[in-house]
Amino acid sequence: MKPAPFQYFAPTTLDQALDLLERYNYDAKPLAGGQSLVPAMNFRLARPGVLVDLNRVPDLAFVRPGSDGGLRIGAMTRQRQVERDPLVAERAPLIHETMPHIAHPQIRNRGTFGGSLAHADPAAELPAVLTALQGRFRLESKRGQRWLGADEFFVDFFTTALEPDELLVEIAVPPLPARTGWSFQEVARRHGDFAMAGLATLVTLDEQGRVQEARLVYLSVGDGPVTARQAAQVLQGQEPTEEAIQEAAEVAARQDVDPVSDIHASADYRRHLVKVLARRTLRVAVQRAKENGQG
Amino acid sequence: MTTRYFGKPIKRNEDPRLLTGQALFVDDVHLPDMLHVAFVRSDLAHARIRRIDTAAARERPGVVAVYTAEDLGDYWRPGPLLVPPPPVKDIVFHQRTQVPLAKDKVRHAGEAVAMVVAESRYIAEDAAEEIFVEYEPLPGVVDLEEALQPDAPRVHEDLESNLAAHVIQEKGSYATAREQADVVISRRFVYDRGTAAAMENRGIVAHWDFKSQHLTVWDTTQAPIPIRNGLAAMLGLSEHQVRVIAPFIGGGFGPKIMMFYPEEMLLPWVSMQLKRPVKWIEDREENFYATTQERGQIHQAEMALTQDGRILGVKDVFLHDTGAYDPYGLTVPINSQCTLLGCYDVPNYYSEFRVVFTNKPIVTPYRGAGRQHGVFVMERLLDLAARELGLDRAEIRRRNFIPPDKFPYNNQIIYQDFAPLVYDSGNYEPALDKALELIDYQRFIQEEQPRLRAEGRKVGLGIVTYVEGTGIGPYEGARVTVEASGKVSVATGIGTQGQGHFTSFAQLVAEQLGVDVGDIFLVTGDTDQFYWGAGTFASRGAVVAGNAIHAGAQAVRRKILKMASEELEVAEEDLELVDGTVRVKGVPDSAIKLGELAVKANPLRGAVKPDAEPGLEATAYFGPERGATASGVHAMILEIDPETMLVEIQKYVVVHDCGKVINPLILEGQIQGGVAQGIGNAFYEQLFFSENGTLLNASFMDYLLPTATDVPAIISDHLETPSPLNPLGVKGAGEAGAIPVGPLFAQAVEDALDIPGLEIREIPLSPNRLFELIRGERTEREADHG
Repeated sequence: MKPAPFQYFAPTTLDQALDLLERYNYDAKPLAGGQSLVPAMNFRLARPGVLVDLNRVPDLAFVRPGSDGGLRIGAMTRQRQVERDPLVAERAPLIHETMPHIAHPQIRNRGTFGGSLAHADPAAELPAVLTALQGRFRLESKRGQRWLGADEFFVDFFTTALEPDELLVEIAVPPLPARTGWSFQEVARRHGDFAMAGLATLVTLDEQGRVQEARLVYLSVGDGPVTARQAAQVLQGQEPTEEAIQEAAEVAARQDVDPVSDIHASADYRRHLVKVLARRTLRVAVQRAKENGQG
Repeated sequence: MTTRYFGKPIKRNEDPRLLTGQALFVDDVHLPDMLHVAFVRSDLAHARIRRIDTAAARERPGVVAVYTAEDLGDYWRPGPLLVPPPPVKDIVFHQRTQVPLAKDKVRHAGEAVAMVVAESRYIAEDAAEEIFVEYEPLPGVVDLEEALQPDAPRVHEDLESNLAAHVIQEKGSYATAREQADVVISRRFVYDRGTAAAMENRGIVAHWDFKSQHLTVWDTTQAPIPIRNGLAAMLGLSEHQVRVIAPFIGGGFGPKIMMFYPEEMLLPWVSMQLKRPVKWIEDREENFYATTQERGQIHQAEMALTQDGRILGVKDVFLHDTGAYDPYGLTVPINSQCTLLGCYDVPNYYSEFRVVFTNKPIVTPYRGAGRQHGVFVMERLLDLAARELGLDRAEIRRRNFIPPDKFPYNNQIIYQDFAPLVYDSGNYEPALDKALELIDYQRFIQEEQPRLRAEGRKVGLGIVTYVEGTGIGPYEGARVTVEASGKVSVATGIGTQGQGHFTSFAQLVAEQLGVDVGDIFLVTGDTDQFYWGAGTFASRGAVVAGNAIHAGAQAVRRKILKMASEELEVAEEDLELVDGTVRVKGVPDSAIKLGELAVKANPLRGAVKPDAEPGLEATAYFGPERGATASGVHAMILEIDPETMLVEIQKYVVVHDCGKVINPLILEGQIQGGVAQGIGNAFYEQLFFSENGTLLNASFMDYLLPTATDVPAIISDHLETPSPLNPLGVKGAGEAGAIPVGPLFAQAVEDALDIPGLEIREIPLSPNRLFELIRGERTEREADHG
C-alpha cells in the first residue's frame, strides 16, 4: 500500500498553485486535507502524476459573514473548525448540525470543507447539505474566476464541474429565510462511517404555517446528492401535518430515489431508510421552522 | 505462606513501555543494507497460471531480485502439516498445505505468485505492478454446499472432490434417544466468515549473517520455537544457527500461530541467497487475503428432549470451510464438535462433519477457534426448545447442567489435543444465578420489558452459557534466575501478543520469591533465551507456561532456603522470603539479600560443593495431562430501533469461571477484549466474497470492526472453581469473551423484535439483514454469501 510515484509541489501563493494546475492540467491533483486522496493513492486507485499541496497557500481557510447575511467559507477551512465556529452555528445551523457526522474528529482535524465538496463522494455529507442550502462555489484558474450553484457544481459520481486547471477556493452559503427549519440525519453502521443513507432537509413555512418551500437532499442513495423534488412538491402549500409528512416520505422513497445495493445495504433497505429519514427530518425541520417564526 | 502477589489486580509491568513507544515491534527492526519485499498476489480466486513475465520488474532501478515458484528450485515445497488429524476411527483427511509461491495454479485471491526484493518497499511495489501474470480463469469454489456437488470445480484437481476431511464422533446412541423423545427440534444454522484483524499485521525481518553463519529472524509469530525448528530443518541449518525473536506483537488471536506462512518460508531463504537482511511488513490489504481467517460453517442440527426440557440427545451434521488449504488439520471443526456440548449433560451425541476446500483464504483458528459455532448451535437449539416447550430459557439451561458432583465429566469424544474430552471441574449453576442477578432478569422480563414494549420500544434480553477447553499440552518450560542485583529474570519460550505475560508471570515468581513484581524481568519469545516450547494458543499461556514458571520459581525458592539455612544456621522451616531478602521469621535483622545469596552461589574463587549447581537458578517444565475446561455465562439487554434496525447494547454481563485468577485486572481486559471481538463477529464483521471467490471488502472502510462507541462497558464477576490438573488451579481465559456472543445476540434480538415465528439462525447479523429477515424476504441465507 505505497502510492505510485508522483511529483510533489508545495506552492506558497494561490497564483503559484494555479500556475501548477495550468501547467500539469490532467496530471495534477490538488492536495487539501488528503483524507480521501491519500488512502486512494495508497491503494493505487488514484495515481496523480503531480500533487499540488495547498496547505501552504495562505488565505484559503476562513469563515466570514457574508454581506447577504449568509456565510463565506474558505475551501481549505478544516472541517473541525467549521464544526466549532460560532458564526456557522448561528448562520448555517444545518452545516453545524452535520459536521459531527463526518467521519471522526481525527479526520475532521485534517479534512477540509472544500476538499470534501470537490471530491464529490456520493456518500459524503457536505455535497448534500450544500445542495440543500443552495450554496455557491467560487472556482479560480489562470483563466479567471466563476461562480457555480451547487446544482451545476455536482455533476456525477466523484465528478464536479471543476476543470483540471481550476481550484475551488470559496463557498458562499446564503442566509436561511425566516420561518425556516432544518434537520440533518443519517443512518450509518457505526458512528463516523459513510452512511447507508442520509438526508439534509430544510422547510420554510409561510405566514399561515403552510409549507412555502421544502428541500430534501439525500446522500448515499445515488450518484451524487439526490434532491427529492416530488416529495417537496407534495408538501408545497400544505399544512405540515403528520399525514403530509408521511405522504411526502412515501413519495420520496417511491419516486425520488433509485438506490443500488451494496454489501452494507440492499436497494430495498436503502429505499426504506429514505422514507424513515424523510419522516424524521421533516418532523424536526417543521418543528424548528415553527420555532423560528420570528425569522 | 501469605499470598501477596497471586490474585492481585497489579498494573501491567509492560504498559509504560508500550505506552511510551519503548517496545520493539517487528517493523521497528532496521538493519544496515536491509532490503524490502513486496509480493505479487493473485487477483483471481481460481485460475491456472499460463505465464509470468518478470522482465520489466527485474530491470527497474533499485530492484535486487525477483522470484517466482520456478526460481525457488528445490526450496519450493508445500508447507508442513501443523496439526495431524486426531486418532478418531474411520477418519478421512486429505492433506493439502499452502505453497511458498503458487505454481501452475492459484487457489485463492491474494495467493502469492511472485516476490520482489528491492532497496525500498516503494520500489518493490512499483516493480510488483510491472510483473505480468497471464491467467486462465477457472470457476470458483465458493459455496460450501455446492462445493461437494459431483460436478463442482475442484480446488485440488488431484483429489476426487473438494472434500478435505470427514469425521464422525459419537457418544451413546442418538437414534435411540430420538425414539424416546417427546420433542425434537431440528434446524439449519449458518455461521459466516470473519477475520481477526489484529492491530498489527504480520511482519518478518530475516538476517543471515554470512560471516558468523547465523540466521536471526524477527517474526510476528505466536510460536517462535516451532518456527526456529522448522526453519532450521527447511534451510539445512542447525537449530543453534537460527534465532527467532517474537518481540512485542500487536495482537495474535490465533492467525499468528499458523505456520509456515509463505512469507515465513521465503524471507529467511532470500536473506541467505542475497546475504542481506530483508524485511516484509504485511499491509492491511494483504492481511485480508494472506493472513488466515475463520468461521465459515453450515450446521444441520437437532435436539431430542423430554417434555420437561431434559436433553436426551443432540445430532449435528455440519460443513466446515477450510479455504484453499488445510495446514492446521482439524482443530477448528473438532473444537466446534467438542464445544457444542457446553455445560450440559448430554447423554447421546452424534456429530459428523465434512471439511471442504474452497477458493477462499485459508482457515485456521481465530479466537474461539470453532468453539463459537458449537455454542451457537447448542444455545440456539435450547432457545428453540424452550420456546416449543413453554419453558423459561434460564430454566431449560439449569435443568440440563452437569451437576457439580459429576466432575471429572467424560464426554466420551476426542478433543483437539487428542485426549478424551473430559471436563476437569466446573460449577455452572452459581454462575447462571449470578448472571441472572446482575442482569436483573426477573425485573426485566416482568416489569421493564412489558413497560417498554407498551411504549413501542423493542428491547430484548439474552442469556447464554458456554465452556471453553483451555490450557492444552504438550508442555512449556521456563528458567528462573536470581541475578546478583537481587532482581529476578524469567525466560520462557512462548510468544506474547498483549496478554500481560510480563505481569501475570512475574506475579507467580514474586509469590514464591518475595520479590516485587517490578523487579522481575521477563523474556518471552526469544529462542536464544529459552530453547524449548510450543507456543501461545488455545488459551494456554497462563495454564501451561504459568505452571512451568511456578515450578521454576518453587525450585529456586528451595535453593534459596537451603543455602540460607546453611548461612544462618537455622532450619528451612524457620525462614521466610520477604522484600527481596531471606530471613529468620520475625527477625528482620537476620535478612540476607537475595542478590548476595546469588553471588555466593556463583563464587569466583573457592569451591562449589560437589553435585551443586551454580547460581540461584532453576529450569522447569509443565505439561498437563489434558486441557482445563473454563466456563461462563453472558447476558445482555439491547434495544433495536424498529425503523432503522440499528442496535444498541444497553447492558452486558459476564460471569466467568477460569479457576484461580492470577490477576483480575488482566482477566478483566481479556474478557472485555473478547466480548468486543464477539460483538464484532455477531453484528459488524463479515467477509463478502463474490461468486468467483474474490473478496469484496478488503479494507477497514467496508470490513466493520466495532469501535469504542459500539462496545458497552461490561459488568463482570468471577467464580473460582480450581482446576485439579495443575498446581496453580488455573484455567485459560483468552477466548472466553468472544465465544458466546453470537447466540447471545441472536436470542436478545429475537426477544426484542418479538415477532412470532422469527428465528435468528445465522451469524453475523446486520441492520440490513434484520430488515430482510423481518420482511421474510429470505428466511434462509444462501449458504455462504449473505
